[in-house]
Amino acid sequence: MHNSSRTFQENAAAALADETLQIALSRFQSGFSARRAQAVARMPEFDDLRDRARRIKDHTLEHLDHYLERFEEEVIASGGQVHWAQSPDQARQKILEVCRAVGAKSVTKGKSMIAEEISLNPFLEENGIEPVETDLGEYIIQLRNEPPSHIIAPAIHVLKEQVAETFRRAHPTLDSARPLNEARALVDEARSVLRGKFLAADVGITGANFLVAETGSAVIVTNEGNCDLTQTLPRVHIVLASLEKVVPTLHDAFTLLRILARSATGQEFSTYTTLATGPKRLDDADGPQAFHVVLLDNGRSAMLGGPFREILHCIRCGACMNHCPVYGAVGGHAYGGVYPGPLGAVLTPALSGIAETSALPNASTLCGRCEEVCPMRIPLPKLLRRHRQQEFVERLGSMRSRLALGLWAFFARRPWLYRVIADMSIRLLTLAAGRKGSLRWLPFATSWTKGRDLPAPQGGTFMTRWGRSNRGATKQRR
Amino acid sequence: MANDAPTVGLFVTCLVDLFRPTVGFAAVRLLERAGCRVVVPQRQTCCGQPAHNSGDRGNAAAIAAQVLDAFGGSDYLVAPSGSCAAMIRHHYPTLFDAGSDLAQRATELGQRTYELVAFLTDVRGVRGVDTDFPFRVVYHDACSGLRELGIESQPRRLLESVRGLELVNLDGAETCCGFGGTFCVKYPEISNRMVADKAAAIAATGANVVASGDLGCLMNIAGRLTRDESQTGARHVAEILAGMTEEPPIGRGQD
Repeated sequence: MHNSSRTFQENAAAALADETLQIALSRFQSGFSARRAQAVARMPEFDDLRDRARRIKDHTLEHLDHYLERFEEEVIASGGQVHWAQSPDQARQKILEVCRAVGAKSVTKGKSMIAEEISLNPFLEENGIEPVETDLGEYIIQLRNEPPSHIIAPAIHVLKEQVAETFRRAHPTLDSARPLNEARALVDEARSVLRGKFLAADVGITGANFLVAETGSAVIVTNEGNCDLTQTLPRVHIVLASLEKVVPTLHDAFTLLRILARSATGQEFSTYTTLATGPKRLDDADGPQAFHVVLLDNGRSAMLGGPFREILHCIRCGACMNHCPVYGAVGGHAYGGVYPGPLGAVLTPALSGIAETSALPNASTLCGRCEEVCPMRIPLPKLLRRHRQQEFVERLGSMRSRLALGLWAFFARRPWLYRVIADMSIRLLTLAAGRKGSLRWLPFATSWTKGRDLPAPQGGTFMTRWGRSNRGATKQRR
Repeated sequence: MANDAPTVGLFVTCLVDLFRPTVGFAAVRLLERAGCRVVVPQRQTCCGQPAHNSGDRGNAAAIAAQVLDAFGGSDYLVAPSGSCAAMIRHHYPTLFDAGSDLAQRATELGQRTYELVAFLTDVRGVRGVDTDFPFRVVYHDACSGLRELGIESQPRRLLESVRGLELVNLDGAETCCGFGGTFCVKYPEISNRMVADKAAAIAATGANVVASGDLGCLMNIAGRLTRDESQTGARHVAEILAGMTEEPPIGRGQD
């Protein structure tokens, strides 16, 4: 798991200065949010569906042990195996074991954030197994040796022109005269290379949007159909998912799917919704010979009883990052963890501790747009504030901001003293501004004045002016 | 004034108190015109958001308790800020132990706490105002007011009742301006980007004035507009509705 969350401030500054990235970012948010709004407007019962979805997750998390065991029973009954992994390392070792058992040389992968969480690709490479990402966005960033910058649009930070460059560099058979200006041409080029990889793979690894307890099925949605090929063509299919992905019934999974696509891309349903239940049966036309599910905990079961339990409701639609103004300004890589945006700012510190990641929950205006669009009604601002409380209690913030806050609070808790200091400060500020109405620079406030002026006070606080007016003096006037 | 006039305790807000007293006087005028008796409790400073949003529950609760004491005697607490009103209405009850006397008092105060414009329209039934402002105006939705209190149509409705005022649509009116309390000084680069985008959207409308309901947002936006040497001024919506626009817009000099 790459983690540079500690340097969020520097990452963000670099992202803001990166002109190419800024072009990429300027385009995507308005499109995503408009499509979501249209999809929601077309569905009058959307809010009811959100409530139903929330109840499903509430119920499941309340009985998580039961549904996980049920899921395992059903997987076994359909001829598959479940492997419980408490840590990323256990998950990696289990996957390696399964790959080695069939002498795997190459592995195709459907998009999986859990694979990112356990840093699966570098691990497979170290062990002589070639991982091939088959989602177009994932494939692009794999060639560019970058992590995803968005959970459903991993290459959203890359421009079309950069993709063309990447393909020309990475595909030796690509005719240099062939134009790659159109998105269609890029898709065709990726497809022509990936086709061979699909056919050659020994093992296919997919993530899962949902695990269905009553049938032992893994459900995954794509718009490219790449997961269908990833899980049907190779001899072995491994589903890699975290344990909160389980839902009781197929019906529940479909309730959640109805809000997932609408929230994510504004589609009514993703193009492909694929269910995997056990290995190939006798009368199946095709399918894998073996079916494994690797279930990752990695701190989630410990979150069940804690203050961040609600983030386990997340269905990874990405709506929070599609609507977050901070994400829109700096992109996903600045967050420095696997999960960017408001989701990441809550989940990353909850999984790996606040000490190294405290910049993330602070880098929010608490504008509330994420909560507004979250299909699962996760109170993200409240959870961000909880991290800040933990940071404050553990005294992790900078000494300077702590002192400033303490000093301000000292006065704010003493109204009469506050009045004296306020009057004095306002008089000074008014004096400094003269007749200009605003200050272009102010000592101790340069982080404000660097990018904008500080409007000067009108002169005299309201409380003083009110006190001097007849009104303030005769408080009981009728 | 009629004896059945409700007593409104004006929560001035720290920014209005310090930077823009006109907004406080405009609020008093609007409330009185709506048939309220206005008092200004002296033991108020700030609602405590800087502490609350920095994770400092102790100071946030102490400041909240101070507000509970100061506004105990009023029928309503009204603030010319959605963010302070939301803090008092929704967050104060969470600052005290559930079931405690303070928690109960906080819940009770929360129920009679309103943002100014929403109070005028939703509680006092104000349909319009009797004043002129012959300018092209855009309205920026302050985040807390919009999302925590559902204030969206009310200020627009009242602005449209102002004679001569042309209210035009602002693209991304509901997008945060990047103020965010301490956010704007903790993450100045990101905040600057956000407010630059906001100022550009405002400039694109050709409006004379951007109005909003929160002075934090307005100071941020006004500061960027003057830095950009934009012709657009920034004003609190209360100033326009009360007809108190003799003073220059926020951040503009007398000259």
